[in-house]
Amino acid sequence: MKRIITTALVFMGLSLGIGGMAAAQRGKMIQVKGSDTLVNLVQILAEQYMEKNPGKALAVLGGGSSTGIAGLTNGTCDVANHSREWKQKEIDLAWEKGVSPRFFVVAVDGVSIIVNEKNPLDKLTMAEIGAMYRGEVKNWKAVGGPSLPVSLYGRQSNSGTYVFVQEHVLGNKNYSTDMKEMNGNAQIIEGILADEGGIGYVGVGYLFDENGKVRKGLKVLNVSKTPGSQAFSPLDKAAVDSGDYPVARALYQATNGKPSAAVADFIRYEIGDEGQQVVVKEGFFAISPAHKAQNEKNLR
Amino acid sequence: MRKKKLANLKEAAIRAFFFTCGVLAVLVLLGIFTTLITTAFPAFKEIDIGRFLSGKIWDPTSPEKAEYGILSMIVSTLLVTGGALAIAVPVGIGVAAYLSDVAHWRVREIVKPIVEILAGIPSVVIGFLGIVLFAPAISKVLHIGHGLTALNGSLLLAVMALPTIISISEDSLNAVPVTYAEASLALGASRWQTLVRVKIPAALSGIIAASMLGMGRAIGETMTVLMATGNARTFPDLPGGILESVRTMTANIAIELGEVPFYTTHYYALFAIGLVLFILTFVVNLVADVVLNKYQEREQ
Repeated sequence: MKRIITTALVFMGLSLGIGGMAAAQRGKMIQVKGSDTLVNLVQILAEQYMEKNPGKALAVLGGGSSTGIAGLTNGTCDVANHSREWKQKEIDLAWEKGVSPRFFVVAVDGVSIIVNEKNPLDKLTMAEIGAMYRGEVKNWKAVGGPSLPVSLYGRQSNSGTYVFVQEHVLGNKNYSTDMKEMNGNAQIIEGILADEGGIGYVGVGYLFDENGKVRKGLKVLNVSKTPGSQAFSPLDKAAVDSGDYPVARALYQATNGKPSAAVADFIRYEIGDEGQQVVVKEGFFAISPAHKAQNEKNLR
Repeated sequence: MRKKKLANLKEAAIRAFFFTCGVLAVLVLLGIFTTLITTAFPAFKEIDIGRFLSGKIWDPTSPEKAEYGILSMIVSTLLVTGGALAIAVPVGIGVAAYLSDVAHWRVREIVKPIVEILAGIPSVVIGFLGIVLFAPAISKVLHIGHGLTALNGSLLLAVMALPTIISISEDSLNAVPVTYAEASLALGASRWQTLVRVKIPAALSGIIAASMLGMGRAIGETMTVLMATGNARTFPDLPGGILESVRTMTANIAIELGEVPFYTTHYYALFAIGLVLFILTFVVNLVADVVLNKYQEREQ
């Protein structure tokens, strides 16, 4: 809600400043709607884009991926933000209505799994992490660690990361009620630093100290998709780009057919160097070269 | 004649002004109460009120099955508040007795303002101390994995309740007529006996009132417990629960109200928790009043 008001205020400020131009621009305002995971990021990108390009106007709303997809299908928005792929049903409905969606990857969402450095484990499987957070595994011994009770740290239910981990790692099952729900990434890190039996998930952007090294006392676990397969680190950019690091997902924007010149200009800003710097600063991963190539193809 | 009329008018205006002020307080209270009731009530169209009050699991955003049980939070709130009072009341009475009967007047002139400054420290600062100072200390001293426990919250709330308890208790100790103490000393009682058997019983009504006010502060405190107790939704098994992470009613409302979709069962349920909290504090105040009245009647 606050975001909407901010956007409205920014827009009003712009309209007042530019005066006559505003009336002409109002009709051209780009409507972006959808994923709550993306809404803050795209909001910030839009604000910076509008600052650099006076006269351009964007309104960014949340509501969830499904809201955005429905909006694009019904023609109530120009760009849909979505943090999951479209369901076949949604694509069929869009085609039926004459909408042919094109997809752009604007950021990669992922979390690192962290433990105290005194924990001798180096890697876990997705299934093991899920079992721990569902409360099925209560001692580190069960996953090959020391005989210590597992102490879970996570985000609060209003956080996008909470939902992401629940969907992606827990298999859409309930979190254990024993999980300590912390008021932000930094607090999870504080907790893990002091807790030998602790396990937590945080955005990669929060792991480093002022010298760009992983903070002292923390250990970032490697994660493997299945028990037999190789485990990858979220710090390994290549593994994240190739999709080998399992606790990550692409975040998309969709347009109806080839994006209009105004929309294409904004998407170019987002996926360009400047935009991707914002993406990383907000705690997401930058997009991979493969994503970039795909985006360029869809812009043409 | 005209002057008198003007004076009458002035008098009437002043009377109306103060009447409005008095009525305003009542109206605000009534307004809050009706808002709470009308917003909480729709929750019980979908939630069974018995299950709401006796259910141990709170998970409204669960992907499996939404659960709306608040018993864990009620018990957690009482646990944290009870712990705080168990620490703050004895210490508070001790400090008050020291200040009023033992301390040199110069010490008193220094200590009393310091205690009053303590009351002005913002709760978020106290919560921060809980994270960086109290929690690590608790985990070290008690050899537990982490210090984000009910005990941590109790300690911090005790610090917050102390100034209230100390100042009001000291005032009521000072209000005990000097003749009581003189009579006791004249009968050969020591200063300790005079303090414990004569002055404190005589000031008991004030001390009880002080403790109840301290409890009111502790029960409604949000930021500190939100930061310090770990916010796990688990049911605290007594008595070991004091060393577990807990989530109080206030913390839950603060965490979830910011992002809850409006006019949903979850939204109404949060107001229902607010209503329970309101009734709880109301009962505490009522009991305090009744106790005070009984005691004063007996005295007279």
